[in-house]
Amino acid sequence: MDASQRKKYWRENLKYLAILLAIWFVVSYGFGILLVDELNAIRLGGFKLGFWFAQQGSIYVFVVLIFVYVQLMNKLDKKYDVNE
Amino acid sequence: MGIQTWTFIIVGLTFALYIGIAIWSRASSTKEFYVAGGGVSPLANGLATAADWMSAASFLGMAGIIAFSGYDGSVYLMGWTGGYVLLALLLAPYLRKFGKFTVPDFIGDRYYSNLARTVAVVAALFVSFTYVAGQMRGVGVVFSRFLDVEVNTGVYIGMAVVLFYAFLGGMKGITYTQVAQYCVLIFAFMVPAIFISLMATGNPIPQLGMGSAGSDGVYLLDKLDGLMTDLGFTAYTDGTKSTTDIFFITAALMLGTAGLPHVIIRFFTVPKVKDARKSAGYALLFIAILYTTAPAIAVFARTNLMETVQDTPYKEIPDWFTKWEETGLIAWTDKNGDGKIQYLPGSAVEGKKPMFSEARGAVGQRLITNASATRNELYVDRDITVLANPEIAGLPNWIIALVAAGGLAAALSTAAGLLLVISTSISHDLIKKQFAPNISDKRELLIARVSSLFAVVVAGYFGINPPGFVASVVALAFGLAASSFFPAIVMGIFSKRMNREGAITGMIAGLAITSYYIARFKLGWIGNPETSTETHWWFGISPEGFGTVGMLVNFVIAIVISRFTAPPPAEVQEIVENIRIPSGAGDAVQH
Repeated sequence: MDASQRKKYWRENLKYLAILLAIWFVVSYGFGILLVDELNAIRLGGFKLGFWFAQQGSIYVFVVLIFVYVQLMNKLDKKYDVNE
Repeated sequence: MGIQTWTFIIVGLTFALYIGIAIWSRASSTKEFYVAGGGVSPLANGLATAADWMSAASFLGMAGIIAFSGYDGSVYLMGWTGGYVLLALLLAPYLRKFGKFTVPDFIGDRYYSNLARTVAVVAALFVSFTYVAGQMRGVGVVFSRFLDVEVNTGVYIGMAVVLFYAFLGGMKGITYTQVAQYCVLIFAFMVPAIFISLMATGNPIPQLGMGSAGSDGVYLLDKLDGLMTDLGFTAYTDGTKSTTDIFFITAALMLGTAGLPHVIIRFFTVPKVKDARKSAGYALLFIAILYTTAPAIAVFARTNLMETVQDTPYKEIPDWFTKWEETGLIAWTDKNGDGKIQYLPGSAVEGKKPMFSEARGAVGQRLITNASATRNELYVDRDITVLANPEIAGLPNWIIALVAAGGLAAALSTAAGLLLVISTSISHDLIKKQFAPNISDKRELLIARVSSLFAVVVAGYFGINPPGFVASVVALAFGLAASSFFPAIVMGIFSKRMNREGAITGMIAGLAITSYYIARFKLGWIGNPETSTETHWWFGISPEGFGTVGMLVNFVIAIVISRFTAPPPAEVQEIVENIRIPSGAGDAVQH
């Protein structure tokens, strides 16, 4: 793999990281902490939405984020022929 | 059969299983001892990581902490799961590609400096020792509670069991025992939770039951908020901590999780880079099962407690209440003399725990000598939340015994993982890398085994004579990991420009400021104790959350210093190029 391919591979990786970490930040620090009072005005069944994100929702999203990352990276590795 | 007999049978069986696995998975080389030969499947590693991660505190304590702090407890839920996202995205795949045995290996090679390696070893030892002291104590407490032995005897039994498989199998033995331990602990946690959820809401899934309505058609959380605000508590879903503090504590726990050596080294055990990513996903999935159930148990337990005891005459109280009163985990003092229990805000006792006199009160309650001036009459130990669950739900005795085995599995698996980091730090990072680089693999393996013996003895000593700071262990271990390892590793991967000078000063600055803050405001070792109260905290950040500031200080200082000093040599930049590409993980050692 030559230097420019490496650079491109790394750049795409960083793009994925930026998007996934932005979601990570928004669901926990955003919905669960900073905006919790605003979201608590909305209901999700028996839950106030902000409280749900802080004690349930953010954790579900974390799990999904890692598996999405695994899928994205497996595809990326294949595209640049660096998978094993 | 009685609870005691069942407990002996189930705990005995699980211990026999762990020892059997240890004999089957003996290590024959340092690679097997340190990283299980690098041949663990991502699924098995995920299970082992989850067991390693969830300690006695997670298993027995967390639901209780949340039950008694409501929304504020979210810091632990998000903090101890969100770190795995950072681990999976920013650390695990690259460290696996790097392909060495320990975190100090990476720091030492990436920053081409034995000083950097030494700083990392000292930090790793410090973090792991503070953490393991609490675990050994936890093992002792679980034993004493369920098997009716002295706490110290419990610590000795725990030491013997952990030593057996750590000594024989190293990482290989520990990994496969942890897989078994995860199965035991999650089964023991979920069975009572499912029954309680069914009883409270008719929904067998606790995560959904928590947001459902009870038999009276009122949503459980609304009912709990109502019960609490009526009595003058803050609403369960609101909490009392400031937003700033919640933010910083959550961040410190997440960054600390991602920086804890005993968690990071688990990802050296899988064969390929893509396995490291996947196994972080599995680990978080298995952790999330417990971490999303705990807040549900918390809601059921708190509601049940408030409904059962409030204004209930002591004579009509259910059996579990008096049973736990006998153990000293519940205490009631009839301050207004009406024979009924009033549960109100404020502590019912002076100091931390109730002190019982031998005498009995008018209705047969145990009398205490340190009642406080508040109107609250009830003291409840938070640990009761998980312990008393099966009894409150009226489950059979063997399930109660299972909870004991689950608590022990949680404590032992975490202790073993930490002990491995300690013995590896000593035999590999200190002896092999600093003093005797030419020793043979066989010799190093022997030294590793002797180090594990040493580590168990020291941990056991701390378990029996807990140092005064054990209560602050969590804040300390996470704060130090967040302010030292996390920035150093992330910059080592994502910045080719980061050099030796920057990384070392950054780590030292981060460690120093975090230790100072914790010593100043948590332990009261430095400065005027009168000014170590909440009102003097910097920016309103508690010591638990200060690791986040330490992390920022580390980043800023490292970046500034590195800009004024020479860039790293070409071969180090080559290492960085190399770890960014996943293929060829097996050969990375050659660089």
